[in-house]
Amino acid sequence: MKIIVAIKQVPDRDTPVRIAPGANWIEEGDLQWAMNEPDAYALEEALLLKEQAGGEVIVVSAGPERVGSTIREALAKGADRAIHILCDDLNGRDALGAARLLAAAIKPENPDLVLTGLQSEDVGLGQTGVIAAELLGLPHATMILHVEKTDAGLKVKRELEEGWFQSIELPTPAVLTVQSGGNKLRYATLMGIKRAKTKELRVVNAAEIDADGAPTVVLEQISAPKKQKSTQILPGSAKEAAVALVERLKTEARVL
Amino acid sequence: MNVLLVLEESDGKIKRASWEALAAAQRLGPAESITAVVIGAQTEALAAEAATKPVGKVVRVEHPLLAQYTADGFSAAIEQLLQNQGATKWVVFPHTYQVRDYAPALASRMGQVLIGDVVAIEDGPTFVRQLMQGRLNGTYRHSGNGPCFVSVQAGAFRPDTSVGGIDSPANAGPAPITTFTPTIDAAQIRTKPGAPFRASAQTVDLGSAQRIVSVGRGIKEAQNLLMVQELATALGAELAASRPICDNGWLPMERQVGSSGQTVAPRLYLAVGISGAIQHLVGMKGSQCIVAINKDPDAPIFEVADYGIVGDLFEVVPALTEALKAAKQ
Repeated sequence: MKIIVAIKQVPDRDTPVRIAPGANWIEEGDLQWAMNEPDAYALEEALLLKEQAGGEVIVVSAGPERVGSTIREALAKGADRAIHILCDDLNGRDALGAARLLAAAIKPENPDLVLTGLQSEDVGLGQTGVIAAELLGLPHATMILHVEKTDAGLKVKRELEEGWFQSIELPTPAVLTVQSGGNKLRYATLMGIKRAKTKELRVVNAAEIDADGAPTVVLEQISAPKKQKSTQILPGSAKEAAVALVERLKTEARVL
Repeated sequence: MNVLLVLEESDGKIKRASWEALAAAQRLGPAESITAVVIGAQTEALAAEAATKPVGKVVRVEHPLLAQYTADGFSAAIEQLLQNQGATKWVVFPHTYQVRDYAPALASRMGQVLIGDVVAIEDGPTFVRQLMQGRLNGTYRHSGNGPCFVSVQAGAFRPDTSVGGIDSPANAGPAPITTFTPTIDAAQIRTKPGAPFRASAQTVDLGSAQRIVSVGRGIKEAQNLLMVQELATALGAELAASRPICDNGWLPMERQVGSSGQTVAPRLYLAVGISGAIQHLVGMKGSQCIVAINKDPDAPIFEVADYGIVGDLFEVVPALTEALKAAKQ
């Protein structure tokens, strides 16, 4: 199977985020970056499928130059080659704009399967994979935990709400959005990191891709969330705070 | 300014999340402008239920191929309905797994983009949704022509009492009901969905627990769970977790709280090392008293917490266990 995995580079979840001047994006200067976690699971699923049935795993990612490090990480984990859609304005595009870029890069490859994470950890739109399927004219399924190749196509395990699951059969080519947790993520080996340096990484300028279209949805402003409750923060050492908390839970909240 | 409200059902009843979407729709237009849509192979009872609500009319979108949800079937049906309806400004959905599966494709088919997982609608209107795992809010505006697609987060919208809530119809009697039959061909539906199943028998009922101690990524390693279990024991609480802990196999899936796990509302919910992503908050924010222990003072869990301790959980949790034991004596 020829599998394309669309991955996104997002701010590392442990780095604090600050609102940039102008309040329409975050300060990027001092951020650490990481592979979007659901995309890492999509990559894992692709690598497992390749190990079982052979084929090729190609990663595609859109973003500025810094995205190259996340692409190298995917290559080090075992992807065969990569396409980097170079664009500096990914945050200014809506979900359709981002999906257009990816679909344009994916289409000429004629893959059997396109995998991506179900949502990004930064803007969390959770739409890119579904829209890409629509643009590519392919069937799709979302929140997938497990993919099995069958004679007719694919059988996938889809997560539903509140602890329920469902099997879905669909033909290939298809697009699947992958939920976290279906597999254990592998680490890149030293050999893998070494090999990644020699693997093909093709850079395509977003401007060369005919994927224009003005956004219909615009992110106007970013702000700190308003508190839903007034939280009493208990100060002092761990011990002092713990004693104060027990006291409040007993006498004020009356839940002990 | 017409509003199309797409209702979702479960076991023959309209889901609660759908009525929260109605509460959101009320921010976009008066009851008379809202058309409620029920979809399926047999929708009579669903339509009758919807007609008792403050909506202008109810449309039954009915076709044998809509008996079971598929993205292809539902997208085609609503697209045709929108073409048939005349000018629609807003299309409102509950932000369920089902809507997430097809609404983005439906919107893009019409050159639009869904504004998903909306937590507030402000004047303009503008739509607020969470960014960066709930650490920031983003305000979005629809700038194109054509309908604007919006899905609203569970628990974010309450019925607007200033317009009479959502429990009685707009006029004296139930809203008028019409039927729309889309043209769908079996070959259009490319996916074959199976019946829903549960992974295994549930042995823990977190839903009825009075106290829950819940643990997240901050715990770092499986062996550290013991410390949190001791706290739960001292409190007489059930142990639960956010998704990453169950993904790692450190606790069974049935102890997961959040949109993909259980929804709980105990008297006391103590969150240890949980940052509070949206998916977790929707599963526990109805708890009576919420306590959060986290090293990051900006973690979104503090937005819903009644009490908070900002600090290293590896110091705070043992101290709290000690304090509870001491208080019992």
